[in-house]
Amino acid sequence: MSALSESVSVDNVSVRFDSDRGTVTAIESISFELARGAFLSILGPSGCGKSTLLRVVADLIPPSGGDVSLFGSTPAEVRKRRDLGFVFQDAALLPWRTARQNVELPMEVGDGANLAKGGPSASDLLELVGLGKWHDSYPHELSGGMRQRVSIARSLVTAPKILLMDEPFGALDEITRDRLNEELLRIWRETGTTILFVTHSIQEALYLGQKVLVLASHPGRVREMNEPDLPDERGLDIRESAEFVRQAAHLRALLETC
Amino acid sequence: MSERLKQRLLPLTALLSILAIWAAVVHWFDIPEYIVPSPVHVARTLIRDFSVILRNLWPTALESFLGFFIGNLASIALATVFVHWKTVEQTFFPLAIIIRSIPIVAVAPILVLMLGNDMTPKVVIAALICFFPTLVNMVKGLSSVNPQALELMKVLSASKSEIFFKLRLYNSLPYLFAALKIAASASVIGAIVGEWIGSTEGIGALIIQATYNFDTGLLYAAITAACVFSVLFTVAISWLERRVVKWSPEIG
Repeated sequence: MSALSESVSVDNVSVRFDSDRGTVTAIESISFELARGAFLSILGPSGCGKSTLLRVVADLIPPSGGDVSLFGSTPAEVRKRRDLGFVFQDAALLPWRTARQNVELPMEVGDGANLAKGGPSASDLLELVGLGKWHDSYPHELSGGMRQRVSIARSLVTAPKILLMDEPFGALDEITRDRLNEELLRIWRETGTTILFVTHSIQEALYLGQKVLVLASHPGRVREMNEPDLPDERGLDIRESAEFVRQAAHLRALLETC
Repeated sequence: MSERLKQRLLPLTALLSILAIWAAVVHWFDIPEYIVPSPVHVARTLIRDFSVILRNLWPTALESFLGFFIGNLASIALATVFVHWKTVEQTFFPLAIIIRSIPIVAVAPILVLMLGNDMTPKVVIAALICFFPTLVNMVKGLSSVNPQALELMKVLSASKSEIFFKLRLYNSLPYLFAALKIAASASVIGAIVGEWIGSTEGIGALIIQATYNFDTGLLYAAITAACVFSVLFTVAISWLERRVVKWSPEIG
């Protein structure tokens, strides 16, 4: 059991929806295991159910079959304990709250106030994501990249054991995206949290993840659990290395035959 | 000239031009005073009969305020119920839309018959006129929250009331104020329409009396007073909106 309590385990998870045209299988029999503190990229074409998978892990969608165990607990338990952070594609900031008030939101709702576990302060987190000077700015005063930084800071305020990210940089320009990729790796190393990162960008998946879970679509299922042989300490220039290029070509070939 | 000053001066110029054209047309075409009075005559009446007009503006203002307050409060409450109990919304919202399409002016006599000749029917008419636009906007404002913000609240194990007070209510405020600005002037219309039917006081009653007496000066002066009040009411709501809604609403 000790191995289970130290890992993220997704076991035979399926999700089916009832629609007008009958039952639609969004994801089918997905299984994988991930050690605590690891960074997993989940890569797949649109319609492969990668967002659905992430929402099952977050206890936002109940699985139709199968089990998810996060460090030995159910997703619902982990969510209630505030050990789970979620970053959406849209920063989903509340426009009437300043950057700092947005970061503090998780401590104000649910059991947040009681569960305050002496985690990082909102100011420290805004510092961590490089927004030290923007505490009192409203979302409409921030750029898209800055808003997403605020949303990352918000997800970290409860010091979560697991961080789920659903294409968080998908709507950003490439330069901002590169910079945030670098910073995310730094934050991951500094916080030691486990990250599941959904993306449809091969470059992003490969650059960020220690492992890359490749999904096939209709229905969403595991195509391959890829473990590229890349150094843990990496800069953006790693993307020009021979191994990275080779792996990217391999992933591209996989996606094309999905 | 600063942009701000320009924005103020241009409409003022337009207003003065219209008054000037009005005065000129009445003068050149020799239009009799009992058909259209000149603006100068209206202004003179306004000053001469100021106390009469003010005495009649008071009940109209009170009825509009009360109607505005009751009508909007009721629609905000009902919208809150709708958002939390989908079945209630599905049952009553289509009905509300049908009721809304009944012209209130046509129902006014019925309400006066039912509720008597005091202030009550006027307040009810004003409230009814405010009720539906605010209900529609409030339902939209409370329910059109960013779906990801809603998922975030679920990730945070927020209760229904926390989702309401921290997310839905704020989200609805820009929609609410858009409706309140319309409701402010609409409530004045409601009160005046209510006063048309057998009332002895109020701007509506004054309008009817002045019309029957061909006292066009008083008629136009009464309309001007109602207009000024209505504009001030709307401006007050806009002022409140700027104090309350400080964020930019287009970002969700």
